[in-house]
Amino acid sequence: MTSALDRSRANGRSQAGPKRRLVVIGNGMAGARAVEEILARGGGEQFSITMFGDEPYGNYNRIMLSHVLSGEEDDAGIFLNSLPWYRENKITLHAGVRAERIDRAARQVFSDDGRVTPYDVLIIATGSRPHMPPMDGLYTPAGSVKPGVFAFRTIDDTRNMVRHTQHEQHHRAVVIGGGLLGLEAARGLQSHGIEVDVVHSGSHLMNAQLGPEGGAVLRRSVEALGIRVHTGSRTTAVLGRDRVSGVRLRDKPDLGCDMVVMAAGIRPNVELAVLSALPVERAIVVDDHLRVQDEDNIYAVGECVQHRGEVYGLVAPLWEQAVVLADQVTGTNTSAVYLGSRTATKLKVAGVDVASMGLQGPERPTDEHVVFSEPGRGVFKSVVIRDNKVVGATLLGDSRKVAYLTQAFDRGLPVPEERLSLMFDLAGPSEETGVAELDDNAQVCNCNGVSKKALVDTVRGGCNTVAGVMDATRAGKGCGSCKLLVKQVVEWAADGAVEEDPSASYYVPGIPLDKPSLMAAIRKQGLRSVSAVFTALAPGRAEDAKSKMGLASLLKMMLADQYIDERDARFINDRVHANIQRDGTFSVVPQMKGGVTTVQQLRRIADVAEKHNIPLIKLTGGQRIDLLGVRKEDLPQVWADLDMPSGYAYGKSFRTVKTCVGKDFCRFGTGDSTKLGIEIESRFQGIESPAKLKLAVSGCPRNCAESLVKDVGVVAVEGGRWEIYVGGAAGAHIRKGDLLATVEDPEDVKLLAGRFMQYYRENANWLERTYAFVPRVGIEHIRAVVVDDAEGIAASLDAAMQASVDNYVDPWSERDDPFTPGQFRTSLPLEVLPQVPVR
Amino acid sequence: MSAVPHILGPLEQIPLGEGRAFGVDGEQVAVFRLRDGTLRAVSAVCPHRGGPIADGTIDQRVVMCPLHQHAFELDTGCSTTGAGPLRIYEVRTDEQRNIVLRMA
Ligand code: SRM
Ligand SMILES: Cc1cc2nc3c(=O)[nH]c(=O)nc-3n(C[C@H](O)[C@H](O)[C@H](O)COP(=O)(O)OP(=O)(O)OC[C@H]3O[C@@H](n4cnc5c(N)ncnc54)[C@H](O)[C@@H]3O)c2cc1C
Ligand code: SF4
Ligand code: FES
Repeated sequence: MTSALDRSRANGRSQAGPKRRLVVIGNGMAGARAVEEILARGGGEQFSITMFGDEPYGNYNRIMLSHVLSGEEDDAGIFLNSLPWYRENKITLHAGVRAERIDRAARQVFSDDGRVTPYDVLIIATGSRPHMPPMDGLYTPAGSVKPGVFAFRTIDDTRNMVRHTQHEQHHRAVVIGGGLLGLEAARGLQSHGIEVDVVHSGSHLMNAQLGPEGGAVLRRSVEALGIRVHTGSRTTAVLGRDRVSGVRLRDKPDLGCDMVVMAAGIRPNVELAVLSALPVERAIVVDDHLRVQDEDNIYAVGECVQHRGEVYGLVAPLWEQAVVLADQVTGTNTSAVYLGSRTATKLKVAGVDVASMGLQGPERPTDEHVVFSEPGRGVFKSVVIRDNKVVGATLLGDSRKVAYLTQAFDRGLPVPEERLSLMFDLAGPSEETGVAELDDNAQVCNCNGVSKKALVDTVRGGCNTVAGVMDATRAGKGCGSCKLLVKQVVEWAADGAVEEDPSASYYVPGIPLDKPSLMAAIRKQGLRSVSAVFTALAPGRAEDAKSKMGLASLLKMMLADQYIDERDARFINDRVHANIQRDGTFSVVPQMKGGVTTVQQLRRIADVAEKHNIPLIKLTGGQRIDLLGVRKEDLPQVWADLDMPSGYAYGKSFRTVKTCVGKDFCRFGTGDSTKLGIEIESRFQGIESPAKLKLAVSGCPRNCAESLVKDVGVVAVEGGRWEIYVGGAAGAHIRKGDLLATVEDPEDVKLLAGRFMQYYRENANWLERTYAFVPRVGIEHIRAVVVDDAEGIAASLDAAMQASVDNYVDPWSERDDPFTPGQFRTSLPLEVLPQVPVR
Repeated sequence: MSAVPHILGPLEQIPLGEGRAFGVDGEQVAVFRLRDGTLRAVSAVCPHRGGPIADGTIDQRVVMCPLHQHAFELDTGCSTTGAGPLRIYEVRTDEQRNIVLRMA
């Protein structure tokens, strides 16, 4: 460890002369981390820093691309260092610029924008790129990669893949490579409704990390997810003339597909180093200081590096490299050395926990091998023991003993006589002692390089919630496989004083109960209003503004006409039944069931717009007409003049049913989508729910009403049948809905849609849209409950929904009889009206 | 400095737990009637982007602006979410249950 004294000495030295010029080539995980470590050592005072990155962005967490592909994570959410970070740290970033050559004698970097950049110290962090195994048909005659073939390395690759999956003709993918990356790609593609085959040339999946038995168990788990696996198979050609239509396998039938994803290993990016006559074998050769062999001023770090014969393809080693490199470059600790990384990996692959270290199986006759295999649950554990020490271990599907085993492996601790306790908590070391024994410097989160000590320090610094510590350190924010261990460390460090993270499980922030307990307490105590809930259940009986709206919605859903409606618990939109605008005016969207209107309605809307000088009349994305810029005090009169019911374009509630014209008019229509849409909207209008519910009914699979991306979407298919999809989205998130059921009768559509929505209303978290709820609970489970009545609650769900339907009152009827004094009184926005531009 | 009292009319104009806006002496003031029966008065215009504070959601402690959910302490006007402060006013009811506001 370096002392503060060392550090200030290093800084002091540099302040003597002008700043030296540090140039970094490669703005990926290693390059950016190395710069962060350098800045943490006062490098900002020593150096003026310039970075080149040929991706046109700041630095992002490449590991999270798997989550972006699956839609679990937004691509904006994975940035580690956004562009302002570079500005704040006075780093000149050339994003989207490729460094092409280094002139070592003149100490200059030449880049493809024609720039020549001099350096005093250079760091190469060019990473690696996907390997394209030789096969026929990979490229078009013009030499570009055939449309439909993808690599999986960058944010752009990921976006392109997602876009491709959304094409309506695209249903099948082949992933070439059954390692970590291939399986993650397969899982991600699946979540877009794509059928996936994985073709793997090895004899079992993830053969770099797992032995054959482990590979076989993993295969079962992966196949259970619906991914087809072909091991021992080599792809010889990509089929299709202008775009992909399939792949050819050696000795096996062709596989048809619309896209091919290459995940057959990586190759270090060394062209620049080769061109510049730096020593390159498998990768750029560096010494224990991360200095390029025989160079004084050039360092290299990350996947482009070969150190003591090893080339790494995971992030944990490069965090260790970045620390040594920064110690050396800044002169903070010139005795720091990198001696290589242990290959203990802990990953989450396609939702399965995988940990592996050292040997996969016994190598000498005297080696002991303890194996536990339970393929049905996807659990496999194997430990190899030599001379009473762990020399290898594999854990699949259950990572509870990972911390202990990693420790035993790393430090060569003698193992307990009862070998079984290496795998299970018998009376052996419990989780607690496991964590207590963990070395301070042990890396808990491999993705973001967070040590046990960093977690403990954060807790000591006063952060007492698991989520808080995760936010502060980024631990657990990569692949997520370490979350359990992070939790254990935090609990141990806080010594029982861990505060549960409120937002994690409470339905609303102000009442310390999850949804089932909250609902149970409300029922048991007979609570009927939001204020009664606060008085009975909130700590210190304290009201909480942030919780009111969620509670109001929940109570209304639970109690229907027994609910005591306190208007202060509502958000302004729900108090005045309109959506507030930026200037304090409101928008008025009358109901227009299924997007169908009449001459009379149109005439009335036109008259109202004219009479009230409506600044903007607009067709909405929900197939109705929006009158924008209405003053609060004018709302009752506008409604009266319209004489139409509310379209609920403001609430956390059932909104609209979009429809297409359907079979009465359309030459392709197979079902009367308009009629069914109107019936659904008439039945469920306005019911409140944890978040918005938007529906659609399409008359055939051409899907003009976009049913596959709706909370509940219905599609008529040939033969008079109707498919019901749930959990679709095309707003802030994109997700194709999951098929819940296919039914014959439109009445069954209404029944199942209603039952699903009631199940969602009772079980979803506040503000959790169906696109999050459905994958969280699982479509299989939802289908079991809603379609097959596996829990025997179908009748009560139907009855509860019926009660809500029966209790519906058009809120715009309050125009004649305001619910509270001054309900529609102006709130005097300061801005001069109208602020909404008049078109 | 003398605080001028303004009588804003009956308390019943403001439903329990809600706020109403008043134009007083060229200023716009939001008066809230908390669920414990007491009153608070703050400036009616959100310092963030001019949101109508009287349309906000309150509890015993804060008001949340309806536009972007910045929160402000009703007693001090200080924002708990990093926005600028609201001005606060002294407010009470008289024997006739009228709202009385004092402009400093
Ligand atoms: C009026 C309309 C835009 C239009 O001119 O077409 C609209 C307007 C607003 N949308 Fe929307 N959305 C409108 C259709 C959509 C659609 C398309 C659709 O409904 O078919 C979507 C994508 C589908 C979906 O809901 O996911 C959509 C996804 C959103 C989202 C993202 C929700 C998400 O979780 O993905 C928000 C933000 C939110 O809800 O928190 C949002 C929020 C809003 C709000 C209510 C923002 C707000 O709170 O003030 C906008 C009100 C503007 C105003 O001043 O009145 N709006 N919005 C559309 C009304 C449709 C209707 O007739 O009811
Ligand atoms: C989808 C996916 C999932 C992964 N999951 C995991 C996981 O769960 N756990 C794990 O440990 N690891 C995982 N990895 C691996 C991990 O992302 C890499 O080990 C890590 O990113 C390597 O960092 P790097 O800086 O060496 O390379 P990179 O992050 O690739 O950065 C190199 C950068 O340099 C740029 N560059 C290259 N040449 C030039 C040039 N000449 N001029 C300018 N810029 C240049 C590149 O464009 C790139 O931006 C995953 C990788 C992927 C793709
Ligand atoms: S979905 Fe089918 S039936 Fe409906 S309008 Fe489109 S093409 Fe016609
Ligand atoms: S205007 Fe009040 S929070 Fe933005």
